[in-house]
Order: sequence, then C-alpha cells, then structure tokens
Amino acid sequence: MASVATTPARTGSAVRQGSSKSGRQLKWWQQALYQALCLFIGATVLFPVLWIVSMSLDPRNIARPTELNLIPPGASLDAYRQVLDRPTGNPVTFAELAMNSLRLAGGVALFALLIGVSAAYAFSRFKFPGRQYAMIAVLGITVLPAVATIAPLFALLNGIRITATLLSIALGIAGLLAAGFGLLIIVPAWRSGTAVGSTYLLGGVALVMGLILLVTAVSPPANDIFILRNSLLGVGIAMISGALPFAIWNLKGYLDTIPKELEEAAIIDGASANQIFFQIVLPLSTPALAVTGFLSFTTGWTEFFLSWQFLTNPQDFTLAMALYNMTGQYAGSVPWSRFAAFSILVSLPVAIVYLLLQRYIVGGLTLGGVKG
Amino acid sequence: MAATNPEVARAGTGAPRSPLSETWRQLRGPLIYLLPAALVMLTVTFYPLVFQVWMSFTDYGVIREEGKQTLNRFGPGGLPPANYRPPEGVGLQNYTDILTNEPSFVAKLGGNFDFWRILGFNLWWTFSNVGFHVSLGILIAVLLNVEGLWGRKIYRAIFILPMVLPNIVIATVWRNMFDDQYGAINQLISMIAGSPIQIRWFNQIEPPIPGIPLPLSYYAMLIANIWLGWPFMSIVATGALQSIPKEMYEAASIDGATGRQQFWSITLPLLRPAMVPAAMVGIVMTFNLFHIIYFMSGGGPLGRTEIMVTQAFRLVNVNQLYGVAAAFSVLIAAVLIPIFLITNRITRATETYDG
Repeated sequence: MASVATTPARTGSAVRQGSSKSGRQLKWWQQALYQALCLFIGATVLFPVLWIVSMSLDPRNIARPTELNLIPPGASLDAYRQVLDRPTGNPVTFAELAMNSLRLAGGVALFALLIGVSAAYAFSRFKFPGRQYAMIAVLGITVLPAVATIAPLFALLNGIRITATLLSIALGIAGLLAAGFGLLIIVPAWRSGTAVGSTYLLGGVALVMGLILLVTAVSPPANDIFILRNSLLGVGIAMISGALPFAIWNLKGYLDTIPKELEEAAIIDGASANQIFFQIVLPLSTPALAVTGFLSFTTGWTEFFLSWQFLTNPQDFTLAMALYNMTGQYAGSVPWSRFAAFSILVSLPVAIVYLLLQRYIVGGLTLGGVKG
Repeated sequence: MAATNPEVARAGTGAPRSPLSETWRQLRGPLIYLLPAALVMLTVTFYPLVFQVWMSFTDYGVIREEGKQTLNRFGPGGLPPANYRPPEGVGLQNYTDILTNEPSFVAKLGGNFDFWRILGFNLWWTFSNVGFHVSLGILIAVLLNVEGLWGRKIYRAIFILPMVLPNIVIATVWRNMFDDQYGAINQLISMIAGSPIQIRWFNQIEPPIPGIPLPLSYYAMLIANIWLGWPFMSIVATGALQSIPKEMYEAASIDGATGRQQFWSITLPLLRPAMVPAAMVGIVMTFNLFHIIYFMSGGGPLGRTEIMVTQAFRLVNVNQLYGVAAAFSVLIAAVLIPIFLITNRITRATETYDG
C-alpha cells in the first residue's frame, strides 16, 4: 500500500509513455463506439465553458439569456470593457479588485513558501523527538476546513487595534527583518561564489517582501485607528493559518521523493546541513516550490469567506467578493454578459499557469494536503 | 535507515549520553529550520484553535436584549465601548443547544436548523459524490487507455478543463446554468423536449423522487460537482493504469478471460493502491466543499442542503453567534478527526520516510 503509483515523477512519465505508445488497430465499430463516448464526455465538459464564453461575447450585452447559441450574432468585447471599467455597484475598477486579490494571494503564497520550505526540510530529513506528533498536528490542520476557524480568527484579529503610528513602526520592523533575512541568504552565498538560482530566488523573495512592507509602513494610512481584522493584512494573517501547514505538508511530500544519495555524497565531501539545504535541496525542489506557491496563490486569488466576513471598506474588496455580488440572489441586478466576462477574466491567469504546471500539480495533490 | 545529516551521524557514533542532552543534540539540527514555522503556527494556527475551544463554552458575541453588543474590547482612545460586555461562560449550553436542536435556539437561527440532518446530508453528499468521481474517473481512464483510440491526446487535454478553473468560478457558473428562468440547463431541456420547460432547481421544496428526502437542488449540485471532480480521479487512475504490465492482460486472454473478467480481476485490483488514497483526499475535500453549496443552493431550500462548513459560516456571518459557531466548529473537528485518522492509517502519510 505504501508504494502508491502517484509520485509526481512517475505519474508524469507514465502519462507521456501512454500517449506515445500505439499499435493494435481497433475494429471500426469499436472505434466508432469509443469515439461517440469520448465526444459525449467532451461535450459535457465543454458545455459550461462554451456557454460562458459565448455569453461574454454577446454584443447585445444581454441582461438575461433566453436562448442557447454557440456564437452570438455579431460578437463583441463590450462586456469585457464594461467589466474592466466597473464590475460592481461599488466605485472600484477591475484592476483595483485584481490588485487586492493579487496582494493577498501573492503575499500569503510567498510567506507560506518562505517559512514552509525550511520546516518541510526538517520534517523530511531530520529525525528528532516529537517529529511524529508535530507532523500529525500539521497534517491534521490541513484536514480541518478553513471556515471552521473563522470565529476565533475574527474575534482575535478584531481585538488588535493600533494607532496609525504604531502600525507604521510595526510594519517597518517587519520589513527590515524580512529584508535583512533576504540579504543574509544572498550575500554569503554570493561571496563564496556557490550561489544558485533558487538561493537568489528565496533571498530575493524575502527582500521584495521586506521592501513592500517598508513602503506600506511609510505610506500614509487611511484611518487613525487601524483594525487588523478590517484589512487585507488581517485576512492574509487569517489565511496563513491554513496556508502554512498546507505548504509544509505539500513541500514535505516532494522533498521525500528527492533521492538521499546526493546529500549523502555531499556529507562525505564535508558539506554542512545548511550547505546541503541551500545548494542541493533547494535547487532540486524548484518545481515543488513553484507548484506549492501556485496552489497557495490560487487559494488566495479566489478566497471568499474570510474577506467577505472581515472586510468592510470597498477599496479593500477582492475579485471573489465581486463575483459573489453577480450571482445567486444578486444576479438580478447584473447583466449576465458581464458576469460571464468577469468569471473568464478571473479564471484566465490561474488556468494558464495551471496548464503549464499541470504535470507537477497532479502528483502533488495526492501526496500533499487536502485544504480546499 | 541511513543517517542523513552530520548532526545525526555524529550523535550515532558518540558515547552514550543522558537522555536530556541526547534530545537536545537531536533537536539542535532541525530546530533552526523548524523555528520560524513553529512560531508562526503557534500564533496564527494553534492559538486560535485553543481560543476557539474556550469560545465554545461562552456566549461570545451574543446580541443582548438591550441592544447590539460589540465585540470590540478596544474602542477609540483604547477604552472599551459602552456596549461591550465581556463574554460569559455558559458551560456546555452551546453544545447541548446544537446537539438537541433546542427549539428556542433553532428559532433564533431562523427555524431551519437541524444538526443531525445537516450531518447526515453532509455524509451522504460526500459519499455520493466521491462514489461518482471514482467510478467515472476509472471508467473514463480505461476508455482513454484503449490502444488505437484516435485523438487520445486531444481528449486528455479537454478533459482536464474542470480541474483548471477556480472552484468559485465553477460554482457561480453552474448556479447560473441551473437558473430556472434563464439558465442553460432548462433551455437545453426545453430544446430537447420541444416545449418550454421551467424546472425550479433551487426553489422546489418537494423531493423529485418520492420516498427519497433530497430536494432538487441536491441533484443540481451533484451534477455540477461530478463535472468538477471526476477528472482528478481519472488522472490518478491513468497513472496507475499505465504501470500495469501489458503481459498480464496477454496472459489473461490466452487463458480465455473476457474483457469484463480482465477488468474486474486485473485492472480494478491493481488500481486500488492508487485510488484508495485519492478517494480519501476526495472524501475530505468534498466533505468540506464550501463553494459549490454556498454559491449554488446557499443551503436551500429551507436549509435542506446545508453542510457543516456552510452552516458554520452562516452562524458567524448571518447570526453573529460566535460562541455557538465555535462550538459548531469543534463538532466539525470531532467528525473529521476519525475520518482523518482512518485516512492517515490507510495512506500512511505521517510514517517515517526511509527512502
């Protein structure tokens, strides 16, 4: 049972082998039957996608679709233009919503990766007392739904209110720490001439995060009293609560598949644990970092319930919140062409990256966590 | 079980030490790697969980008779606002209210709350979905694995689409597809039937199949979630299928086994090791699948399709009963922990890695 045939490498190579092998001829009626089945399945898969694409292109900017047609007469991009300009009743543009989602998703993903990868390395390569319990704790958290911690997170983050000056100071210190951490990674590696791409990547990420925090610290605040709950930062902290265990678990799964022989050779050559981590493990785990980062990013990009519960200022609103405002009981006030265009715009960046990373993601999903 | 790092290697060859310094020696290496994550998780993950358990024994955030109570312990100037009252302990009342569906409590939530119905529906929702996902996933993987099938690559590329799109978009798009007046599904049915048909997917209260107490919205969401879920299982099954040696099938057909016999006695048993963990992941994911339920039926009609996570969100977002929501979340954990332990046992996820 332990030899599950779904490690990322194996799934990937197996799929490639499968599509390249050919041979036996099918009887014509078998071919016809199978083709009919495949076409039917393909039609069910494509139906919602085509429906939404065709509606988004409808030039009449229909409030309500009353008929099915694949290519609407005289297709145009009007709906996209309107959605980019002002998707909801609130005076915010698509770019502003996307920027909020991007900051939230990017910040959470980067932070979870940065902190998660070292913990994953410890879980994967060291034996230490309490390791088993710590791992069960981490994995157990990934099973708990994020919604189920919303009450305490709301109450706790709501209790953190500081004046604007104090916020600037706190952000400044955090920014300096992150930037310093980044330099600490890059500079020694650069001086010893042993740095590789991922060392720069990791250090660079820390440096960029530090600079973002510093910029936020010096920019003037909106209110005198800063309520952590009612800010993207608060939502981000609440998201880290689930994103970090997920990242640790997912990365650990990948690190486990990296053969130990390389590290053993390095130990014989006298490399320290730190050198092994930065010069062997990190470079080898670049695909894992990319996939875990991407999965955390997608979760953040479409995060709904925390933002919906926490945020009250329209300038903080995210894409998912706007999407909710266009469906269900709210669908009455928004033309469906706009809803269609909006959902396509939200999906597109995620879908493209998913297709690029697809081979690695599928393996990771079975190895890694289950947080939805 | 070779030592993988210098610290452990040295500890192994050293003279016997006292247990405490031995522990320290083993911890020293990984500690620096674990520390950042441990600190962050203690503050933002474990502390809120402990706080949640405490909250569940209080009336946190309850709305007072005289007026709306605020949660804000700190008002302007750092002083508590006038309508702030510290939460008071209520013992096990939140739990007994939930578990016994105490009438006055249910009335406070709008009258549609029934814990055991929600739990039962949630379990049925999970297993019916995962059952479809796994069986369809295997069948379609087998279909696409048939040698000599034309356009296999194209089909594989198309069939991955549901996995690629964000859940939230899928849920909202399917919600509008099932719209009773303007949705594509009703239009499609009308087209096939030749006369306008308006099925009220999300509002019809009477169960469509007499004797089975599931509203129409369940079937609508089942269709949407089957659409969403089978490709993942299919991909896992494809990976496992291609590791089955062809010789097994050849030997079986020499022995005179039919295609159906080969499927039941070779394909299925050999898919099992890959499908069981994938199904476990699917079960936990579907049990907690917030988006489909919340965006499609919203738990309706009359709360009949509410699952645990959507109800937990409603308790906070609509009812603002934070203490009750905390107790409810503890109960969710109590349901999930056995599922998790079984999963962990079967997939051996936290077992030591030995290369």
